[in-house]
Amino acid sequence: MQTGILPRIWLLVTGIALSTLVQATDPQDEGAWTGALRAQYFGDRPIEEGNGVIELTAPYRAEDPALVPIQITGKIPQTAEKYIRRITLIIDNNPVPFAASFDLTPASGKADLAMRVRVNSYTHVRAIAETSDGKLYMSKAFVKASGGCSAPLGADLDAAMARLGKMKFRMDGDKAVLGQPNAVQLLVSHPNITGLQMDQISRLIKPAHYVEEVKVSFDGTPVLTARTDIAISADPNFRFYFVPDKAGELKAEIRDNLGKTFTASQTVTD
Amino acid sequence: MPPRFIRTVGWALCGLWWGLAAAQSDLELREIAPGIFVHQGRHELPDTHNRGEIANIGFIVGERCVAVIDSGGSPEQGRALKAAIAVHTPLPVCYVINTHVHPDHIYGNRAFKAPGVSFIGHHKLAQAMALRAPYYIDKAARDLGYTLTAEDFVPPDQPVEESMELDLGNRTLRLTAHGPAHTDNDLSVYDAKTATLWAADLLFMGHLPVVDGSLTGWLKEIDRLKAVPARLAIPGHGPAVADWPQAAAAEERYLNGLATEVRAAIRQHRTMEQAMETVGTSMRDEWRLFDEFNKRNVSTAFAALEWEDD
Ligand SMILES: [Zn+2]
Repeated sequence: MQTGILPRIWLLVTGIALSTLVQATDPQDEGAWTGALRAQYFGDRPIEEGNGVIELTAPYRAEDPALVPIQITGKIPQTAEKYIRRITLIIDNNPVPFAASFDLTPASGKADLAMRVRVNSYTHVRAIAETSDGKLYMSKAFVKASGGCSAPLGADLDAAMARLGKMKFRMDGDKAVLGQPNAVQLLVSHPNITGLQMDQISRLIKPAHYVEEVKVSFDGTPVLTARTDIAISADPNFRFYFVPDKAGELKAEIRDNLGKTFTASQTVTD
Repeated sequence: MPPRFIRTVGWALCGLWWGLAAAQSDLELREIAPGIFVHQGRHELPDTHNRGEIANIGFIVGERCVAVIDSGGSPEQGRALKAAIAVHTPLPVCYVINTHVHPDHIYGNRAFKAPGVSFIGHHKLAQAMALRAPYYIDKAARDLGYTLTAEDFVPPDQPVEESMELDLGNRTLRLTAHGPAHTDNDLSVYDAKTATLWAADLLFMGHLPVVDGSLTGWLKEIDRLKAVPARLAIPGHGPAVADWPQAAAAEERYLNGLATEVRAAIRQHRTMEQAMETVGTSMRDEWRLFDEFNKRNVSTAFAALEWEDD
């Protein structure tokens, strides 16, 4: 950090545009991944890169760094013989690069996920899928968080706090299609306070308070189990699939880092 | 390298820079009503060329002292504003009013920090500064081309809970702390003497309004502001002055349109990503910087309005 300060001042004095500096420290550089994150999360296991098994879609220019929509698409069917059993989402240059991991099952139907994340700077975002045969596949995208004057926190955290723990499911239509993957959205109201901001100005920063675990089941069978961290936007919002074999109950159980738990359920009719 | 050394070097060089800036550019100011001076910003994204100096800023002069309203978009602009005040009046600055946390309105704060100067802001401003400072400091280095430190953010020593009156000597300013609107820490200033409302970023004209607080909250606060008996208003982005309340019509139309279309998208089970592509686009021609800010407005509104039906 400190080594960066003198060159900046020097540039300012000589009037060379900052873009020179940006080029000097290439934002597309993958050093954070190759140097540390890869080994930290996956050791020396081989990872196949490409979009054949999993594909990550993210906007190149993030309009709002507090709400960057990310989509992950599974390219293989979730069958009992072979399926994507875990997807890990890493945002290289965030203060906490680990954003979330999602455990899926054949009952998930499709390994498609969508969510909103916080992106602090210019960074690669990567999704790593682990298939049921233990192989790893990675898809990545580069995101420039610009977002004008906003910051990657959330616009109205007090409103989220006031609704803390409220949850709801949203499905297309009121009836499920049996035996097929059905799309569902889970909305959780939680400020997801990062607690990370260095308090250089006042003593007002609230300690970290964020959703740590999300478990969704259908009639007791796990559909999606997620471990989540502070990169998930305030009011966490997940889209995913599940395959109902009969009418039943979709249930979500949330736990945050302070140990608070919240549950919600929805009756699914056929 | 010890931090103290870096700071000393930084200061020395900033001093040099300031010398150059002061020699060539007096901050252009317009006296829009007796004793109210406004520097008009420009409709641009903050970058290394404009150095973030894009907002309308200025000051109000009483018989005893001066209140600065928004200190500038860079430490240099803060110093230029300070120098310009001295050209217009021998009276001292007694208040620096920060209308909200955005960089283009507060980065000049440090120039005014002195004994006898009180910093005034919304009761949520200090928290917003603390939350955003680390990100803003990185962003200034990357996008604006200068180094900021924590000292450039001067939090208010007098927080405004609901409202507050400041006496500048035979001139009383009435400050109102608003609910979440443009940001969650918006403050407006009313000068009864000239019936002028310094709306700051609660009022955008020309430049697309930016929702970094609450869309529905902003519409409520506009209603509240329309009840203020002002004849003139000073927008945070737009002309130096405009007639009140007509000045708010375009902004209100855009925000209402945004709310209507986002609600419809949510009802139709469209995703945020889909809504960002279409919502608001019929209003594109009425605004500058539409492409830069409309999508983010849609996403902020979408995430909030998803909770509306309960
Ligand atoms: Zn603003």
